[in-house]
Amino acid sequence: MVGLHKSFGDHHVLDGVDLTVPGGTVYALLGPNGAGKTTMVNILSTLLTADAGEVRVAGHDVRREPARVRSAIGVTGQFSAIDMFLTGRENLRLMADLSHLDRRSAARDVAALLDRFDLVEAADRRALTWSGGMQRRLDLAMTLITRPRLIFLDEPTTGLDPRSRREVWDVVREQVADGVTVLLTTQYLEEADALADRVGVLDAGTLVAEGAPAELKALVPGDSTNLDDVFLALTGHAASAVGATHTADAIAPTAPNASTAQTGPTDQETTAR
Amino acid sequence: MNLTYVVRDSTTMLRRNLRHLSRYPSLAVMLIAIPVVFLLLFVYVFGGTLGAGLPVDGGGTRADYLTYLVPGIWIMTVSSVANGTAVAVAIDQTGGMFARFRTMDIARVSVLAGHVLGAVIRTVLALAVMIVVALLLGFRSDAGVVGWLGAAGLVLLLAFSFTWLTVAMGLAAGSIETASNTPLVLMVLPVVSSGFVPTEQMPVGLRQFAEHQPFTPIIETLRALTSGAPVGSEGWFALGWCVVIGVVGYLWSRRQFGRVPTR
Repeated sequence: MVGLHKSFGDHHVLDGVDLTVPGGTVYALLGPNGAGKTTMVNILSTLLTADAGEVRVAGHDVRREPARVRSAIGVTGQFSAIDMFLTGRENLRLMADLSHLDRRSAARDVAALLDRFDLVEAADRRALTWSGGMQRRLDLAMTLITRPRLIFLDEPTTGLDPRSRREVWDVVREQVADGVTVLLTTQYLEEADALADRVGVLDAGTLVAEGAPAELKALVPGDSTNLDDVFLALTGHAASAVGATHTADAIAPTAPNASTAQTGPTDQETTAR
Repeated sequence: MNLTYVVRDSTTMLRRNLRHLSRYPSLAVMLIAIPVVFLLLFVYVFGGTLGAGLPVDGGGTRADYLTYLVPGIWIMTVSSVANGTAVAVAIDQTGGMFARFRTMDIARVSVLAGHVLGAVIRTVLALAVMIVVALLLGFRSDAGVVGWLGAAGLVLLLAFSFTWLTVAMGLAAGSIETASNTPLVLMVLPVVSSGFVPTEQMPVGLRQFAEHQPFTPIIETLRALTSGAPVGSEGWFALGWCVVIGVVGYLWSRRQFGRVPTR
C-alpha cells in the first residue's frame, strides 16, 4: 500500500502510510490504542475505503476489485465475531457453506479445525456458553476454514491468557509454514518479536519505524520489551499519552478529507503472491 | 456475483435465521404473546363498553367489538415481529457478524435477505396463531376466498415493508437496547388509528392525525376485505403506504449496511 490516508472528520487517522508485506511472511503492526491499526485493517479488508492512496491486497486493488480481495483474505477482528446462538460446529459450518465448500469437504474441514483448536468437546454447545478464550479460538478457526491466502489479525491475543496466546502464535506459525501471508496488529512488542519477519510501528497515523524485530529492539535502551519504552525511544513521547489523545475508534466516519492526497507507484503490493 | 451464489448464500443465511428461531423460541413466543394479551385485554376488559360505542344500530356488543378489533391486532402482530427483527439485526451489527460477512466473497444481498425472509416466515407463523386465537374467541368472517386472499396479500406486503424498515432501525441503532426501543413506535401507532376505536370520537387534532396516518387506511382495508365489504379508495392508500414504507426502509437499510460499527 502506498500513501494511505484516512480521516474521520478533521481527524487524520492514517496520514500517508506506505507498507509492503512479501507473500508468505508475517508483518506485525505495532502501536497503542488509537494509532490507526484497526482502521488500516478495515481498509485492507474492504470494510472501509481509503480517502487517498493505492492499496493492493493479494495483487488486487481493494477499491476496484473488492470481490477478488475478499476471496483471498480472512479477517479476525479485535472482538470475537461469532454467532453466539449457534454451536461451535454450526458456526464453522456456516463459514464453510458461505465459502461454497461442498458438503463432504465442509464436514471434513469443520471436524479438522475443531480438533486443531481443541474445541471438540464443546463443539455442540452454543458459543454463548463458551469462555472468552474458546470464542477467540473459534473466531480464528472460522477465518481459517475459508482457506485464505492472506490473513489479517487485529489484536488477536489482546485479553487472552498466556496459554491461549501461545496457541494463537502456533496457529500463525503453521499458517505461514503453509505459505499464507499474515498481517497482524498488536500492542505487545513481545508478540511482534515472537512472530513477525518485519515490524512497523504506527503512531498517530504514520509509520514511525519499520524493520526486523531485532533492529527495532536495538533502538530501545536496555532489555525492555515495554511498548512505552519503544515509543519513548522512537517518538519522544509515551504510548499511553498517544492512546489518550487519539480516540479515533469512537468517531463515526463523516466527510472524507482527500486534500493531502498522494498517489505513489503501483508496483508495491501488499503481497506478491 | 452470479445468481447461483445469490440463491445459495441467501439459503445459507435463511437457514441460520430459522435456526435461531428454533434455538430460541422464547423470544418469538413473547413477540406473539404481546398482541395476544392486547387482544384479550381489549375484548374482555374494555370490549363491552367499547362495543356499546360502535356505530351499530342500538349499540354494539362485545362480539361486535371483537370483529372491529381483529384487523388492528393483526397489524400489531406484524409490528411486534418486526420489532424482533430490529433486535436480531442489531445483534449481528454490533456483534461483528455483519462485518465478518462483508469481508467474505459472498453475495452481499444474502446477508440482509436472510433476515428479511426469516422475518416474513415468522410473521406468517405469528398471524396464523392470531387468527386461531381470534376464531377461538368467536371471531367470524363473512368474507369469501377472494377477500381473505386480498387480506393475506396486504398483510404480507406490510410485513415485508416493516421488515425492511426495522432492518434499517436495527442497523442504525448502535446498541441492542436502542434497537428494541425504536420499533415501539410501530406498536403504538396502531392505537392512534381506527384500529381500536373509530376516529370520529377523537378530539379534532388527534382525529386528523389518526385519519391520515398510514395505519388507518391499512386497517380499514383489512376490515373491509375480511368482512366482505367493498374496499374503496382506502385500498389504494393502503398499498401506497406499504410501498412507501418498504422503499424507504430498503434504501435506509442499504445506506446503513455500508457502515462499520464502532465499539
